[in-house]
Amino acid sequence: MTNENNSLAEKKTPPIYPVKTKVQVSIIFFVILGIYLFSMFWTQKEMVGGFSGAFENMFTVMEKFFPPNFGVIGAIWGPLVETIQMAIIATTIAAILTVPLAVLAARNVTTFKPLYYTTRTVLNILRTIPDLVLAVIFVGLFGIGLFPGILALVVFSLGILAKLISETIEAVDMNPLEAMRASGGNVYQVIWYALVPQVLPQFTSLVLYVFEINIRASVVLGFVGAGGIGLILNQQLGFYNYPNAMMIIVLIFAVVIIIEYISTKLREALI
Amino acid sequence: MIEFKDVSLVYPNGTEGLKKINTTIKDGEFVVIVGLSGAGKSTFIRSINRLVTPTSGSLQVDGEDILNYRSGNLRKLRTKVGMIFQNYNLVKRSNVLKNVLAGRLGHTGTLRSILNLYKKEDISLAYESLKRVNIDEKIYNRADELSGGQQQRVSIARVLTQKPKYILADEPVASLDPPTSHQVMTYLKKINKEDNITTIVNLHFIDMAMEYADRIIGMRAGEVVFDGPVSEVSEKTFEEIYGRSIREDDLRGGADES
Repeated sequence: MTNENNSLAEKKTPPIYPVKTKVQVSIIFFVILGIYLFSMFWTQKEMVGGFSGAFENMFTVMEKFFPPNFGVIGAIWGPLVETIQMAIIATTIAAILTVPLAVLAARNVTTFKPLYYTTRTVLNILRTIPDLVLAVIFVGLFGIGLFPGILALVVFSLGILAKLISETIEAVDMNPLEAMRASGGNVYQVIWYALVPQVLPQFTSLVLYVFEINIRASVVLGFVGAGGIGLILNQQLGFYNYPNAMMIIVLIFAVVIIIEYISTKLREALI
Repeated sequence: MIEFKDVSLVYPNGTEGLKKINTTIKDGEFVVIVGLSGAGKSTFIRSINRLVTPTSGSLQVDGEDILNYRSGNLRKLRTKVGMIFQNYNLVKRSNVLKNVLAGRLGHTGTLRSILNLYKKEDISLAYESLKRVNIDEKIYNRADELSGGQQQRVSIARVLTQKPKYILADEPVASLDPPTSHQVMTYLKKINKEDNITTIVNLHFIDMAMEYADRIIGMRAGEVVFDGPVSEVSEKTFEEIYGRSIREDDLRGGADES
């Protein structure tokens, strides 16, 4: 009995998190809160008009844009298909180029450190360039048209795809790779037999995802002269031809939704 | 024949995996290596197909020192040394036949293997191997649909398809239940006798080592502390190898059930 009493008296209740962690988390929380408050203050200062004019403007805009001019569907169908083709070609090329890059940027497969770091760095630089900037550069180099748009999309999607897929490769089960090596397979056979089957579903899913992004991006790229429906939309807006512009927007909206739906369904089936 | 001459291995972090190992394994032997985990059993076995590279000494397989082998030679060495792993190491998303055909990779050109253009006799060899371990009805199942014991049998079939001269098995039964363990060991023993394939198995279960081995090598802290035919081994030998008295969990049991 005395023993039990003693142990009760000595009972200690340790905090769930160590004090050090608590302090760190609190500091981080207050710093982030501070940044929020600061940026809120600054953006408020810049927003001179506020929301007051927005509602009135909305009605004028609505009046101008509606009803959409259904007559132009025939004329814009071509450029719209061009935009989709742009995305398809760019995604395909990027998907093919990604394979060697992703393998080289995966720490577990590329054990030669300098090669791994070089590939990683190149991919990181690639990813920091916004797609719009890429398009402007390529339009400057090759002139207005689809080709610079496709190039911009390839480089842009390569950055995302190679990064995501190299991370998938790094998460793979290494045991089968060891087994293939132990049975005398060379590097390519090891990759093809033990790595590819493990990565393929994620790979396909990510390619489809990047394809969705590319469809949307290719519309925007048209604004800077990279061909397709964006170019037409930009022109119509420039001519203040709002009913035509509205029709284009509605059409893009419909196409993007359909493609995203199909792609999402496909990706669900894959994983 | 495999000859270890003063083979030592120091890992980059300073751990000594092997310390001056001297031993010879003759053709056709069924050798079981026993020892506690961390004793260097895996390092010993993996040195033979150079999944790890000893840092000094000489290791001869069929009279050739394999320690200075580079990629081309290494591939040739690995085609004649098959390996079985504790976690089966199958490609889970691939079907059984494709997993077994992977045993032919060392004999098949890169392009042929990538396009699945295996020779007819390789495919029938793969099928025969699956038949020998009684799993031929699962040929088109995905590897992850099989039980542990079935997966290990597939990995034995993969090694058989390789037509190796040596089989290395690194704790092949550690993830299996007693009856399945005995089944797997029986297959290994049968293959050793029928095909005269030298077999080296890592085990930590004393009773299984006694039941299946021709010869037992005991390891402790990277050194060979016992080496002799199974007839010379007694419980006392194991106590010496393990450096402690024998416990219940050193035994697999279940020999009668299978």
